[in-house]
Amino acid sequence: MSRIESCFNAIKKNNKKALIPFLTAGDPSPNITASLMHELVLAGSDIIELGVPFSDPMADGPVIQRASERALAQNTNTDDVFNIVADFRTKDKTTPIILMGYSNPIEIMGYSKFTKKASDAGVDGLIVVDLPPEESSDLQGALTSYDIDQIFLLSPTTIDKRLKMICKAASGFLYYVSLKGVTGSNQLDIKMVEEKINEIRTKTTLPLAVGFGIKDAQVAECVGRISDAVVIGSALVEIIAKYAKNTKEMKKRISLFISSLRKALDNIQ
Amino acid sequence: MSKANKNINNSTINAFSCMPNENGHFGLYGGRFVSETLMGPLEDLEEAYKKYINDPEFNAEFESDLKHYVGRPSPLYHAKRWSEQLGGAQIYLKREDLNHTGAHKINNTVGQALLAKKMGKKRVIAETGAGQHGVATATVAARYGMECVVYMGAEDIKRQAINVFRIKLLGATVVPVEAGSKTLKDALNEAMRDWVTYVDKTFYIIGTVAGPHPYPAMVRDFNAVVGREVRQQCLSQIGKLPDTLVACVGGGSNAIGLFHSFLNDKGVSLYGVEAAGDGLETGKHAAPLSAGKPGVLHGNRTYLMEDNYGQIIETHSISAGLDYPGVGPEHAWLKDTGRANYVSVTNNEAIQAFHDLCQIEGIIPALESSHALAYISKIAPAMDKNAIIIANLSGRGDKDIQTIATHEGITI
Repeated sequence: MSRIESCFNAIKKNNKKALIPFLTAGDPSPNITASLMHELVLAGSDIIELGVPFSDPMADGPVIQRASERALAQNTNTDDVFNIVADFRTKDKTTPIILMGYSNPIEIMGYSKFTKKASDAGVDGLIVVDLPPEESSDLQGALTSYDIDQIFLLSPTTIDKRLKMICKAASGFLYYVSLKGVTGSNQLDIKMVEEKINEIRTKTTLPLAVGFGIKDAQVAECVGRISDAVVIGSALVEIIAKYAKNTKEMKKRISLFISSLRKALDNIQ
Repeated sequence: MSKANKNINNSTINAFSCMPNENGHFGLYGGRFVSETLMGPLEDLEEAYKKYINDPEFNAEFESDLKHYVGRPSPLYHAKRWSEQLGGAQIYLKREDLNHTGAHKINNTVGQALLAKKMGKKRVIAETGAGQHGVATATVAARYGMECVVYMGAEDIKRQAINVFRIKLLGATVVPVEAGSKTLKDALNEAMRDWVTYVDKTFYIIGTVAGPHPYPAMVRDFNAVVGREVRQQCLSQIGKLPDTLVACVGGGSNAIGLFHSFLNDKGVSLYGVEAAGDGLETGKHAAPLSAGKPGVLHGNRTYLMEDNYGQIIETHSISAGLDYPGVGPEHAWLKDTGRANYVSVTNNEAIQAFHDLCQIEGIIPALESSHALAYISKIAPAMDKNAIIIANLSGRGDKDIQTIATHEGITI
């Protein structure tokens, strides 16, 4: 059984909701990313989504764009990202890690080489933001042979026909983008999210995570009530940016923030 | 990139003009590499584009605006003195510089704005580098009574103050983009982010033959009027088809506009001229087809300027309109199949051609178009005197006067 599957089985069994924080590998420096990931787990995270920095992150808002810029300014490359995951895995063998990035850094390495390296490092899933199922059959072949799940995004603009196709191609879990916009936007409408989630549930039994626009414990709790997992990105990256020069304080703040989200999600019965 | 198609035999392809396929692919290139939120809206756009591109009423309105508002057809001008001086082929210039707003860009913005109107979108957005596409978009937005927002890199805004002011005079809003290298590619990213956020009411008018399907095909089709006119003009003025077509290639919209009607005429050789900047060997250039690698950027697979880990690198050209790290996917395909040749000229060669055309023909060409002219000055002398070369003079050079002056140390 994959780490992602075991994780969601345990979540379901304990009647809990999964907490999935996002951070960009190499932000503010590749040397501390693995220790930040351990901090996230310690504070109650279930799965970690690790951003692969890219020069042209078209689907990201300013907060995650700047995280990518900081990571690239530290010369963080794809091999560094794998090293961070491998480093994390020396102490944590169970927490699933999802890489999230864009096509070009993967293409240039080659699908099978990228996938093999990811698998060797201990990666469990991959989200390629700009690679819809229509364009991803070659990558999916490579991922399947290394037991890495390709996590697909669903959005408010995903019509029924696409929904069926994506649910068929997906494994691990599905990631519902809660609003039209980029990461870090803030006009999330919980009622609309719920309607779409209910529609998606009729097409798949995979766990459903919701992300984009979840800023604090209160919104996380609302979203957690209607989904299986909550993704927190920009709000966490903002803390990393704010305390970039003071790692100790950064870890303290991250821990407080993640604990507050954990508590909010655990309130849901 | 699983299958290489480097070995496609040119002679086995009979209909170069019928691409892309139903998925928007030109061989390995093109496609639709965007986030899920944009997939639905792109399908809607494709449906509208397919419906109206063959709709007589839509085409009548498009052609009427091209005639009465843009000023088409543009002349095919025999540059006799320049041909004589070079001492070889007869050179003809397709005078897209004489269009309203001074470049070929308006053909596409008229087409897309009309499509936006048909789709009931009241807000248009655009990215711009040098500002020409921003001006062309703001122009048609004013003409059709639409709200218009133009994204422009903060660096480009500094370099192109006059065009920024022109866009504002036309009633559009210019949004400075502070992300990344603060140039055209970042403006395109930001326009995509706007589109994904306000997708219900917004039409994104992309300025070149790049972006996700159907943009490369749609922008080509709206610019293909250039090649259609050239074909007719050539037959009626000269009595035969040309031997060689030459056009500059940044994203590649003026080149594909000229080439498209001739793709199936194998006797017509095609040259796309990229910006070699300080020289390909210096690495400071904007020539992905000549010196780049295939990859994925801005919604399509194509040749890119990138580092070994797939990060997009900064480009260099004196011509802002060619200063882009990617290129339209159809050009990538025409390169691999061998149907078109892609070459490059340096800043200095382009500037020399700029001066030559000013002084020999009394035409001030855009620096972009000067790249095509510079390549002609290399090949024309060795060609037969009866041979016909046609260059797309894609824009006028008034916008570049400050750049030329600065380059030559002159204060105006």
